[in-house]
Amino acid sequence: MNRRVSLIKNLDWITILLYAILVFLGWINIYAAVYNEDHQSILDATQRYGKQLIWIGAAIFIAIIILTIESKFYSAFAYPTLIVMILLLLAVLVFGVKVNGARSWFQLGSIRFQPAEFAKFATNLAIARYLSQYNFKIHKIKSLFITGLILFTPAVLILMQNDTGSALVYSVFILVLYREGLSGFVLLLALLAAIFFVFTLIYSSFTVAILIVIIAAISLKMIGIQIKQIAIAFALLAGSFGTLWLINKGTGLQLGNFSLLVISILLNGIPFLVYIYRNKIKNAALVLLLVIGSLLYTFSVSYIFEQVLEPHQQQRINELLGIQSDPYGAGYNVNQSKIAIGSGGFNGKGFLNGTQTKFNFVPEQSTDFIFCTVGEEWGFLGSALVLILHLSLILRLIFLSERQRSSFSRIYGYGVAAILFFHIAVNVGMTIGLAPVIGIPLPFFSYGGSSLWSFTILLFIFLRLDANRLELLR
Amino acid sequence: MNNYSNRRFTIGGIFAFVILIFLIRLFNLQIVNDEYKLSAESNSQRRVTQYAARGLIYDRNGDLLVYNQAAYDLMIIPRQVKTFDTLDFCNLIGINKEDVIHRIKKAKKHSRYRSSIFIKQLSSECYAVLQEKLYKFPGFFVQTRTLRKYPHHNAAHTLGYLGEVNDRHIEKDKYYTQGDYIGKSGLESTYEEVLRGVKGLKVYWVDVYNRIKGSFHNGDLDKNAIEGQDITTTLDIKLQEYAEELMQNKKGSIVAIDPKTGEILVKLSSPSYDPEMFVGRAMSKNYRELANNDSLRPLFDRSMIATYPPGSIFKLINALIGLQEGIITPNTRIKCHDGYHAGRFTMGCHHHKSPLDLKESIQHSCNAYYAQTFREILDAPRFGSTSNGYTNWKKHVNSFGFGTKLGTDLPSELTGFIPQATYHAKRNKTKNWKSLNIVSMAIGQGELSITPLQMANMVSCIANRGYYYTPHIVKSIGSDGKIDSKFLIKNQTTIEPKYFEPVIEGMDLVVHGGEGSTGRSSAIKDIRVCGKTGTVQNPGIDHSVYVAFAPKDDPKIALVVYVENGVWGSRYAAPISGLIIEKYLKGEISENKKYLEKRMLEADLINTKEDKQDE
Repeated sequence: MNRRVSLIKNLDWITILLYAILVFLGWINIYAAVYNEDHQSILDATQRYGKQLIWIGAAIFIAIIILTIESKFYSAFAYPTLIVMILLLLAVLVFGVKVNGARSWFQLGSIRFQPAEFAKFATNLAIARYLSQYNFKIHKIKSLFITGLILFTPAVLILMQNDTGSALVYSVFILVLYREGLSGFVLLLALLAAIFFVFTLIYSSFTVAILIVIIAAISLKMIGIQIKQIAIAFALLAGSFGTLWLINKGTGLQLGNFSLLVISILLNGIPFLVYIYRNKIKNAALVLLLVIGSLLYTFSVSYIFEQVLEPHQQQRINELLGIQSDPYGAGYNVNQSKIAIGSGGFNGKGFLNGTQTKFNFVPEQSTDFIFCTVGEEWGFLGSALVLILHLSLILRLIFLSERQRSSFSRIYGYGVAAILFFHIAVNVGMTIGLAPVIGIPLPFFSYGGSSLWSFTILLFIFLRLDANRLELLR
Repeated sequence: MNNYSNRRFTIGGIFAFVILIFLIRLFNLQIVNDEYKLSAESNSQRRVTQYAARGLIYDRNGDLLVYNQAAYDLMIIPRQVKTFDTLDFCNLIGINKEDVIHRIKKAKKHSRYRSSIFIKQLSSECYAVLQEKLYKFPGFFVQTRTLRKYPHHNAAHTLGYLGEVNDRHIEKDKYYTQGDYIGKSGLESTYEEVLRGVKGLKVYWVDVYNRIKGSFHNGDLDKNAIEGQDITTTLDIKLQEYAEELMQNKKGSIVAIDPKTGEILVKLSSPSYDPEMFVGRAMSKNYRELANNDSLRPLFDRSMIATYPPGSIFKLINALIGLQEGIITPNTRIKCHDGYHAGRFTMGCHHHKSPLDLKESIQHSCNAYYAQTFREILDAPRFGSTSNGYTNWKKHVNSFGFGTKLGTDLPSELTGFIPQATYHAKRNKTKNWKSLNIVSMAIGQGELSITPLQMANMVSCIANRGYYYTPHIVKSIGSDGKIDSKFLIKNQTTIEPKYFEPVIEGMDLVVHGGEGSTGRSSAIKDIRVCGKTGTVQNPGIDHSVYVAFAPKDDPKIALVVYVENGVWGSRYAAPISGLIIEKYLKGEISENKKYLEKRMLEADLINTKEDKQDE
């Protein structure tokens, strides 16, 4: 009795309230999205909104069970849980059924179940467990390797199911690692990599190469190399590029500008290295290495884009970056989604009055594109409210994480916040044309039992851990 | 806690930053930018024009002349079109793939968002099959229209035809939009606003499959179409049909008027065409064919937009003016020695007895009689000059409706030409021109030109002994039956009624005067027909013209028959007139005239070369 009272007292009711509001809003928006005249009752279990209510009931049940389990259980069983999940991910590759091109579902009678959704909390638990080890040093090769193993195993298995969106979720753990001491440099590199990727696609490898050279020059200045020396290096580089360009023209070799630039950098690299070695400027060598690394990366971007990504993924990225525009083909979903949201205006068309969503102009509107219904029927006010509620929940989670005594709980909490953030950013970003079309659900909003339960489990495990925040978990 | 706890601000900052970007984007999409609201409207609304049923057209006896038949236009909204089974589609509507692609391109050029016509006027069979399968072809829908239908195939020029509006129409009247039909000629044109009604509009919600999901805003924007009003014409379609048969294979025109009211009973221009030719998809092809027919010009309405010299029938007018001006009396006798001679000038005349009085001059159509009378009218000393005399003469002529538009309710009426005195001055290069200079006008030749409608109106004036009602084609409009009040006003000529009797006596003699009377072939048993032949000089074969009215004492019909290249007035125009009058007044042709009817029906002045003027 006493324990139960303390649990209820220690639970963070603000988070639970935010959760409840979001789930409720999600449910009525699903009702609006699939509303039809024949089935007007929001409780009609033959319709998605009726079913969602059943899923919500089940989610509450799951939440209560999670809260009644001892918090020690979660850290103790972190690894076994992940192993079970990995086995399920393997099994679904063999026994799963294909839905929308992804073999990621188990079918049990009329109920479908998506293990990828549940792999998230399992991986989060395992990461929390691993990183919270006593005397853990993140920059040791072994630590990085095992961390990578924990993250990449489920991600690769999910990728094999052809569910790119769910696999990409694992990339967000970089934020958790950063919180736990991963060098900010890595974050910067990741940012640069993303910028180079986009620039290479929009402009050209050559433009990016020039950009790299300029960044290199600025870096050299910042580490204390004299301008004169940088200027000499650039003069040499420009000279050799010019000579190569003329030779190329003269002989008709037909090499691209990018290749010419790479060759001249490599040619000049040797005397530079000698110079660096003689003058013992270690940082300059690092810059040079980075330049060469970036060039190789830029070179491989087009290769990755064309060889690794599937045509529909290429199209989606091209649409997003404005490289191609085909509002009736590859860009149809996003275009219709923008129309629906844009037509909502300041305060929306009103509940059940959305025309774009109601008449099915937007595909997948009760699942991946549920935010359109919000945008159209509730307008800017409603969509801003939903985003702010989500942000409040995430920031609340960070706040709660920081108050944990045990690092296991903290890391897990950051993991929950990061996973929620990734889903919101990609899902909403996609509906308003700021992210490529990647099919992942909007937490608590999108129709579907698996995703609702998965987010409930993620969140309530943390709430259970938080209720015991003063204990030290190992 | 560990050393990195400050990183929560970086991480929280990243989260907040991304959400902020989203909020800015949403602000831009939902509040700043209007484009998406417009797209949403065009996405989900379909505005369907409710075409008003066009009014029907009847003849004077309630016989239906024009009615409507449903037709189905296949419409397209290019932006809603998705990939579809082209083969199936082509088979359904019977066009080939290239055509489909071409038509889609054309529609896109018009507008991606608005509907335009993909294929006009599908047959109802085609529509029935297509309707079942239309859901397979998003972006297409069918709009019901009506086409005109003509049970009688006659009176094409009078009825007119419908055509699609062009840019000029749209600019002139905002009522019309691309693809609307408008009356382009005839009745359809003059009574366009009465017949067309007012089109309505229905706005529907449609879903992504272009299925109608209900009325937009509970039908607040909807407008019901108001049906067009029916029109009863003055035409007697049976008589019209008969007249057209008589005129087959002949060029020319017939206009018959009920002189008591000015109602046009028959109005035709031959050769004509079947009004059905200008309906439906074959229209443009047929139009081109008819328009390119240079020698026959079937589209040309000779009854109103052809002007001819009136020829001898104009002597009636000069007789009336002579009487009114006191130049002649019914008993004035004038000699004719095979023509009119003035100095070196000679105007020939055919051989007849001499001298003649007024009645006889009409009966024998004596040129000398009218040359002299006409000159005396112009040269009468009280006018001071020939020019003034001419102006006075012209005033009388104009009062019969010559030289001006009569103001009938059909479009493209011509004025004809009665020259001003100054015209002659210019022509003869002196103000002191002589009546002799224009003496050919005495016998309806020279500078005169008159439409058949005006000729018919002239007979109407004579039959009425001095007045006419403006000829018109519509007897009643809609339910209250009102027509333009100008058609109820009596137009007086400048000739006093008493002067008409001797002229009418002369016209009686033309038909009943025995040997030498040119209109004998128009005589009808038991009915007193009054007529006047004319033979109009023409560079080729002369034209045959005949005017008549009947019965003499209670005129019910006044008409002109103008047969181009008909040689003599008596050869074709007179017998045809007689047949039409008999048909109208008696309902059938008497036995003793059947041979004449047969001869007229069989006469072919277009395909065979008639023997020269040797009669």
